[in-house]
Amino acid sequence: MNSDASDPLRPSDHVDGDDSITQPRLGLVGWLRWGWRQLTSMRTALVLLLVLAIAAIPGSIFPQRMADPNGVTQWERNNPDLFPVLDALKLFDVYLSPWFSAIYLLLFTSLVGCVIPRIKHHAKALRARPPRTPARLQRLEDFRSVQRDAPDADAAASASIDIATKQLKALGYRVERYDGGRSFSVSAERGYWRETGNLLFHLALVGVLITVGIGGGFAYTGQRVLVEGETFANTLVDYDSMNRGRFVSDDALTPYAMQLDSFDVTYQPFGEPGSGQAGDFSANVTVQDAAGSKTDGAVRVNHPLGVAGDQIYLLGNGYAPTITVRNADGDIVYRNSVPFLPQDNNMTSLGVVKVTDGMPEQLGLIGFFYPTAASGQKGAIASGYGDLINPLLTLDVYSGDLGINDGIPKSVYVLDTTGMTKLAGRTTDVESIELSPGETGDLPNGLGTVTFEDESPEGATDASQSVKRFASLQIHHDASAVWVLVFALLALGGLMLALFVPRRRVWVKASGGDGVVSLEYAGLARGEDPTLAAAVDDLVAGHGRLMDAAGGSTSVAAEPAVEATDPDRTEPPATETPKVD
Amino acid sequence: MLELNVLSPILLWTAIAIYAAAFVAYAFDLARRSQVTADAKSEAELVGVGARGNAYAADVPAPVPAQSFMMARIGTSLTVLGFLFHLAATVTRGIAAGRVPWANLYEFAMIGTLLVVAVFLAVLTRIDLRFLGTFIIGLVLVLLGGAATSFYVAVVPLMDPLKSIWLIIHVFVASLGTAFFALAFSLSVIQLMQARRERLVAENAAKTGPGFLRTLPGSDRLESLAYRFTIVGFILWTFTLIAGAIWAQDAWGRYWGFDVKETWTFVIWVIYAGYIHARATRGWRGSRSAWLAIVGFSAVIFNFTIVNVFFKGLHAYSGLS
Ligand code: HEM
Repeated sequence: MNSDASDPLRPSDHVDGDDSITQPRLGLVGWLRWGWRQLTSMRTALVLLLVLAIAAIPGSIFPQRMADPNGVTQWERNNPDLFPVLDALKLFDVYLSPWFSAIYLLLFTSLVGCVIPRIKHHAKALRARPPRTPARLQRLEDFRSVQRDAPDADAAASASIDIATKQLKALGYRVERYDGGRSFSVSAERGYWRETGNLLFHLALVGVLITVGIGGGFAYTGQRVLVEGETFANTLVDYDSMNRGRFVSDDALTPYAMQLDSFDVTYQPFGEPGSGQAGDFSANVTVQDAAGSKTDGAVRVNHPLGVAGDQIYLLGNGYAPTITVRNADGDIVYRNSVPFLPQDNNMTSLGVVKVTDGMPEQLGLIGFFYPTAASGQKGAIASGYGDLINPLLTLDVYSGDLGINDGIPKSVYVLDTTGMTKLAGRTTDVESIELSPGETGDLPNGLGTVTFEDESPEGATDASQSVKRFASLQIHHDASAVWVLVFALLALGGLMLALFVPRRRVWVKASGGDGVVSLEYAGLARGEDPTLAAAVDDLVAGHGRLMDAAGGSTSVAAEPAVEATDPDRTEPPATETPKVD
Repeated sequence: MLELNVLSPILLWTAIAIYAAAFVAYAFDLARRSQVTADAKSEAELVGVGARGNAYAADVPAPVPAQSFMMARIGTSLTVLGFLFHLAATVTRGIAAGRVPWANLYEFAMIGTLLVVAVFLAVLTRIDLRFLGTFIIGLVLVLLGGAATSFYVAVVPLMDPLKSIWLIIHVFVASLGTAFFALAFSLSVIQLMQARRERLVAENAAKTGPGFLRTLPGSDRLESLAYRFTIVGFILWTFTLIAGAIWAQDAWGRYWGFDVKETWTFVIWVIYAGYIHARATRGWRGSRSAWLAIVGFSAVIFNFTIVNVFFKGLHAYSGLS
């Protein structure tokens, strides 16, 4: 800040350039001060912004753990040699990496260091009176002059400035009279909201950063797969997975229970555009609060369900065939509706059954489920449609050690076959078991039977309800989100003020002469102001009309307004002084 | 009667053909401007007046005989006609689909370029920017032609995540912001050419680049125009960013997750914030900030094409498979 507030040619509330940064005096304090000035200079802010933009890009090129953990695993498998190097560089966690954090923290430090002095300066400017009228208004770029005839020129000059003062006030200017001798003038300034908006914008950005940072500590997100008919209790143990912020205590969850009553989905019929496309998903639930009162609700895409400050989202869905396994004695050793993970758009789904007890050896089944089975080329089965028209379940059978007793947690969707022998399915002599709803098949080696239960209600005429569906739900709690939004909107509002409110000074000066009043008008932009010239023109015209109405002087018809670009002018044009805006 | 979803592409290709004619007319206009200024220059030299010193850097274009703008006028008329067909193509597409016509890449291109032309025509009623016609219509031709040939998809029902009021707001505002950035981009390109010319003229170089520049505003004026369009675009973009976050909160359960599309929207926002800062930083005004505007718009186009088509993320709404 090296400009002088009283110099009208140099807008002063504008932090600009780094010319003032000079070599420091020796000594630690000097160096620190120099470093701080460097950091909070506009050029540094600019460079940091550009560096931030570049630093954000790798995160869109490499899969990120926070957004796409499977993508990272896949990448590692494809590039085993390169992976450790890039991982050490945090290219799979760009937005949490030390180097990315360093950039935005420096940027925000710079921002705060930049904004604080500007707040002080602006607070002063808000209280200050418009500055003294410059002696030579014609030096300014937007300059007009008008002559008017008046019998009593001095009185008319003074009166004309009274009129201009009122006029400017009505236009929202802050005004100050500066009279002296036979010359009268009013100095006016407007557009303080511009700088206020700018400061608001920058501060609101800090607000966004802080609320995001602090809010994350109090947020939690859990996932839970629910099969139709199942109930889930909102406690930590009942989640399939849970991520919680550092400040979320074990008992932070509001107790409630939620049952998935049914899951709706519609499919585009055959023969229509987008045939087979699924949509209008709706997980219909009943929520029971701690007091026992029940409410119905639906979780749909774009329409999360709010329960006790949590937001419940629909992440995914699929089929959960109900499978019963009996041993050679006919005793039920397994019965469950098993969520099968969809593998394609037609809901070909993959699932796993693990029978831990009741058999001579542990038993594992890997199943494919096809809601509308059709044989493709070479006799391979595929699903041709997402809805339940011709449901079919195929099962490969493994026996041996499921590997779940050695304490390493295993996904319920994956069967580790290393300790197992394949008894049925491809590469064995026994074909895979193929079942339609309601059918029972024999397990190989006389181990027993497996049944694909038909879940259709009494009297059903088709297969459309023969298999249960599941919904994958996400329960999310983040009370800070609304504050992030508030700050973001404040930033937007501040930005609009900062960019669209014109900040300008104008002066009207009148001096009496021999039966003539000479009026001078000038405007000075403080910041980007494309409409300044038009505003000065309007001021001149409006002032003329008001004076005509008031009487005391009359306009001189023939005299054209003298423009700033008048070629006869001898003085150098104001534009030669570098205009900073 | 023709089915609307058949009619729409026909209207669109008609619009493309008319835009192509408008492009040619605007190009002739620029060529004509070069010719006129060459004539004016040799005349001026004949009478011994240094035309050079004055003709550049003036805020007003050098006086050029009115009849020489004939081609520009034809270009604008054709642009208006093309715009009407383009609008009709977009509206019929929307009616055929029974929803707003901006839900896949083909439609994004259609509405985005429609808004570029709309903003361009709207601005023409207040500021004479016809010299931008070749650039703007050229850009529209490339984007629209490319989209109509490579991105075309038949009307299909919306995917669930797109069934939201935010589809209407967020995507429309993003497209409108892009339109303003496109205008600013063209102005910045010409600004750089003009700045180069001004430098060469100041050095009294023999060759000063394309002659039509002589009839165009000076680089300062071009820069301030570019800036005005950019700040409007920037505010729309800021809104897009916020609206997108609100939508993401509804659809995906988090307002920000650095999905590829989110990342690029953020990168673009930061680049333009850099541009605005550059304009207020000594040493960065002028050509350097113009380069930032060009980089910013390149990122917009990259985000729109490459990221949509080739990057994998949650925003898989190109409709292409
Ligand atoms: C998170 C980082 C930042 C962002 C996103 C940002 C963004 C912006 C935007 C969009 C504007 C235009 C609004 C206006 O003109 O009033 C602006 C203006 C401004 N910013 Fe920042 N800014 C950041 C950091 C900084 C820092 C660190 C400084 C100080 C060194 C700074 C100083 C200024 C100044 C002086 C203006 C006014 C420029 C003018 O009048 O054209 N900003 N900033």
